[in-house]
Amino acid sequence: MEQTPLPGIGVRHDLVTSSGRTVGVVSHRNGRRDLVLYDVDDPDSCLASIPLTDGEAEALADVLGASLMLGQLAGLRQQAAGLLTEQIALPAGSPFVGRQLGDTRARTRTSASIVAVLRDREVIASPGPSFVFEANDVVVAVGTREGLDGVTAILAGERDD
Amino acid sequence: MHSTTILLIEVGALLFALGMLGRLGRRVGLSPIPLYLLAGLAFGHGGLIPLSASEEFIEVGAEIGVILLLVMLGLEYSATELVGNLRAAAPAGLIDGLLNALPGAGFALLLGWDWRAALVLAGITWVSSSGVIAKVLGDLGRLGNRETPVILSVLVIEDLAMAFYLPLVTAVLAGVGLAGGAKALAVAVVTVIAVLVVAIRYGSTISKFMSVQDPEALLLSVLGLTLFVAGVAAELKVSAAVGAFLVGIALSGPVAHHATEMLSPLRDLFAAVFFVFFGLSTNPADMPPVLLPALGLAVLTMATKVLTGYLAAKRAGIALPGQLRAGLALVPRGEFSVVIAGLAVASGVEPRLAPLATAYVLITVISGPMLARLPDYQWFRTVVRRRMADRRRPVNPLPAGE
Repeated sequence: MEQTPLPGIGVRHDLVTSSGRTVGVVSHRNGRRDLVLYDVDDPDSCLASIPLTDGEAEALADVLGASLMLGQLAGLRQQAAGLLTEQIALPAGSPFVGRQLGDTRARTRTSASIVAVLRDREVIASPGPSFVFEANDVVVAVGTREGLDGVTAILAGERDD
Repeated sequence: MHSTTILLIEVGALLFALGMLGRLGRRVGLSPIPLYLLAGLAFGHGGLIPLSASEEFIEVGAEIGVILLLVMLGLEYSATELVGNLRAAAPAGLIDGLLNALPGAGFALLLGWDWRAALVLAGITWVSSSGVIAKVLGDLGRLGNRETPVILSVLVIEDLAMAFYLPLVTAVLAGVGLAGGAKALAVAVVTVIAVLVVAIRYGSTISKFMSVQDPEALLLSVLGLTLFVAGVAAELKVSAAVGAFLVGIALSGPVAHHATEMLSPLRDLFAAVFFVFFGLSTNPADMPPVLLPALGLAVLTMATKVLTGYLAAKRAGIALPGQLRAGLALVPRGEFSVVIAGLAVASGVEPRLAPLATAYVLITVISGPMLARLPDYQWFRTVVRRRMADRRRPVNPLPAGE
C-alpha cells in the first residue's frame, strides 16, 4: 500500500494487485472519499473515480475486511493471531439502542469489527452499517484486547471522541 | 439615511446579479471568476451602470476578499506539508518560476514599461490559479491520477513563493526602490521561516487556544486574528495578504478544518466583491488597445506553463499522456494574478497594466479549463499513443510482410 499526500486535498492510497491492476482510494480532507481504478493502457490516469458515502465505504470495508478476518480466524488459533472474539451485550440504556451500527463508527475508532449480532437466539451475520440495534442485542466482535474494550466502551456510551 | 438605502439597493442588486451569473457559469462549466470580472467591467467608470453609493463599501469588501483568499489558502496547507513539498519539488518550482515569470517581465520591458511594472507582470504570468485548477481536476475525476501530486506541488510552491513575492512587490510599488524592496524581502523571509518553525513545533498549542466546540466563537476569533495580523503586516509594509496567509499556515488540525468550513462562505462573498472591484477599476474603453498584446502574452505563457507541467511530470517519472495532462492543467491564471495586478493598480504604476491583466486573466481562465479537457478526447489519445509507439521503436525493425 503506497501513500501519497495531495496537498490541499487529502491523501491517496494505492495498491498494485498481483493481477497487475492498480486500485486506490483518495481520501479528501472534508471526509469525502473516492474509489479510483487505474487505466491499464495509461497507468498514470484513473479510468473511474467513484465517490463513496460513509455508509457505502463502511459496507464495502465490512465485506472486504470481515470475510478476510473470518477466514484468518478459521485457520489460526485465536490467541496466536493476537485476535479475540468476544460477545458483548448491549447494555441497558446504551445510546445506540434504536440507532444504526454505522453510527458507532466502531471499526474506525477501535479497528475491531462487529461480525455478527445475536438477537432472540438468532444469529445475524455480517450486519451492515444500516443495521439497527435493539435492546438486549448481543454483539459479536473480533479484534485485539484493546479494540474489544473500546467497542464495549462505545456501546456503553462511555466514549465520545 | 438616504445614502444607506441606495447602498443597500446597489449592493443587493449587484450580489444577486453575481449569483445568477455564477449559476449560469456553472451550467456551462465556466469558473465564476471571469464572469465576476466582466460584471465589474460592466459597472462603474465608463461602464453601463455607474455605482455611486457603494463604491467605498466595495473597496473595503475587496480588501477583505484578498485577505480571506489568502488565509483560506494558508489553511489548506499545513506547515509540514509546505516544507515537505519544498524539499521534494523545489526544482519543479524553480523551472515554473523561470519559465513563466521571465516571459511576463520581458514582455513588459518590450512594451516599454518601467521595471516595477515588469516585476508585477512577471508575477501575473507566473502564478496559476490553484482554486480553478483544483476544481477542474475534481470535475474531470483526475484527483487519483499520478500526475496530480506533481501539479499540486507546483501550485504549493507558487503559493509559498507569493509569501516572498508579495512583500517585495508591495515595497517596490510603495516607491522605496530596490534596496527597500530587498529589505522587505528579507523581513518576509525571516517572518515566513519563523512562522513555519513555530507552526511545525507549536501548531497544536496555538490551535488549542481556539475552541472547536463553539462555532460562533471560532469564526469570530479566527476572522479577528486574521484581519488583525493582516492589518499589522500592512502597517509594517509586509503586505496584508501575506499576514493572512501566515495565520492560515499557523493554524492546524481540527481548528483549521472547522475554520475552513466556516470561512468558505465568507470567502466566496468577499472574493466575488474583490473580482468585481478589480473589474470596476478598469475602464472598458481601455480594453481594446491591449487585447492583442494580452492575447500574445497569454499564448506565450500558456505554452510555457504546458512546458512546465511537462517537465515537472517527466521528472516525477510520469509517462507522456500524464506529462501533457499536467502541462495543460496548469494553464489557468486567476485569483492571484488579479491580486497582484490589484496592488499595481492601487499604486498607479502603469495605466495599461490593469486592462492588460484583466484581458490576460479572462483569456487564460476561460481557455485553461477547456485545454485541460483536451487529453480526454479520443483523437488526442490516439495521437499521443502513436507518438509513444514511435518513440519506443525509433526505426521500424519489422520487415515488410510477405
